[in-house]
Amino acid sequence: MKGSTGTPPAIEVADLVVHRGHKQVLGGISCSVPAGSLTALLGPSGSGKTTFLRAIVGVQRVSSGTVTVLGASAGAPALRKRVGYVTQAPSVYLDLTVRENARYFAALHGVGAAAADQAIVDVGLTPAADQLTGNLSGGQRSRVSLACALLGRPDVLVLDEPTVGLDPVVRQELWGRFAELAKSGTTIVVSSHVMDEAARCERLLFIRDGRLLADDTPAAIRSAAGTWDLEEAFLRLIMSDGTTTTAVA
Amino acid sequence: MSAAITASTAARVLRQLRHDRRTVAMLIVLPALLITNVWAMYDGRSASFDRIGLDLLGLFPFITMFLVTSVSMLRERTTGTLERFLTLPPRKTDLLFGYGIAFSAVALVQAAVATTLACGPLGLDAGQPVLAATVSVTSAVLGVALGLLCSAFARTEFQAVQFMPAIVLPQMLLCGLFVPRADMASWLHGISDVLPLTYAVDALTQLGQHGHATGVMWRDVAIVLGVAAAALVAASTTLRRRSA
Repeated sequence: MKGSTGTPPAIEVADLVVHRGHKQVLGGISCSVPAGSLTALLGPSGSGKTTFLRAIVGVQRVSSGTVTVLGASAGAPALRKRVGYVTQAPSVYLDLTVRENARYFAALHGVGAAAADQAIVDVGLTPAADQLTGNLSGGQRSRVSLACALLGRPDVLVLDEPTVGLDPVVRQELWGRFAELAKSGTTIVVSSHVMDEAARCERLLFIRDGRLLADDTPAAIRSAAGTWDLEEAFLRLIMSDGTTTTAVA
Repeated sequence: MSAAITASTAARVLRQLRHDRRTVAMLIVLPALLITNVWAMYDGRSASFDRIGLDLLGLFPFITMFLVTSVSMLRERTTGTLERFLTLPPRKTDLLFGYGIAFSAVALVQAAVATTLACGPLGLDAGQPVLAATVSVTSAVLGVALGLLCSAFARTEFQAVQFMPAIVLPQMLLCGLFVPRADMASWLHGISDVLPLTYAVDALTQLGQHGHATGVMWRDVAIVLGVAAAALVAASTTLRRRSA
């Protein structure tokens, strides 16, 4: 794969199997994410994206397989300073202002109030800094959540559908911000179910029914499928994948 | 444990409360109103009011703090902020003790208002009002700790609220408020011996009977605080960094 660069991958997943109750959510996923890359995790809802991201962060109980992040087992105490996680539902305090949220998470990360204020600027929420988070729109709330993850300056940033329901302009800005962070060396994994967003990433992981159907660059996936349209490319991948279940819930 | 993180967490919990003025008003005003109500019920019979009013100074803070903390901790769980905290470097006890300190500070104000009212205008004979307020705060701390522990066993707000009749009411019934503990059947007495609220109420009774601090009173206070600390540590073991 990318072994020629010599740097070890930031995330290495081997035969990852996860069960929830009696249901197998992830059925043996293996892949590696290069350091300093921007990777999109794509797949329909219910495909196992969130579970996969949780396994990388180390909050998911796994049945078998290994997840190695920055050379340590996912969830290891040493990684808590180095891995940032933004959940799909904004996990911030709705009864605090944006600034109060940022300052509290800054304290938890061991950085000062200045870093908190900078993170608010970075996500473009300065005008709303002194408003109660609960009074903001859904998109603004998820940016508060993102700000709280950015202020730890993590080496690996895991984001679960951060652009859902956002205004296209804001969405564009956020992707620009992710690209910048990746350029400065942060490894970023972003899940999405919007295909056109994925085109901006260096690498795509496509999962369906808990199995990895594709792990490549957008260009390679397009040329393998023989179409420019990623949505169409994934459709062809699904068709050629023999085990596809036709039942749709 | 980190003092800085614990302090930041306590400050954060208090900031959340500050944005919820109605809750603050209810926390401070309700116990005072209820004690006034009891005072009016025992119109003129000051001996009965002395006994019951004193017990209530221990009961109200316990009940209100139990409810408020179990609901706010459950909210941390359901909104994902708890899971987020657990992915970060701080220790779990930093969170729980932060909660404990924040709500104890509220309890201090609550106890000061209720005790001042009861021992002043309402004429309750509590021996030393400052000591009565102190015991009242330890009872609140117990409520905070048990509330945090119980919230771990609730998945929904409905379940959390049901811990009130399950955990709080038995302690209220058996603490000696309704029937003196000495008059209880021995098996009831035995149950009451292992319920921590009993000791908070007993500490207040000691104060009322003797008019000053006694060794038994301090022992009672130590038991209440010990159980509260144990409950906080037990609560921290219920916070799992990894979940299904």
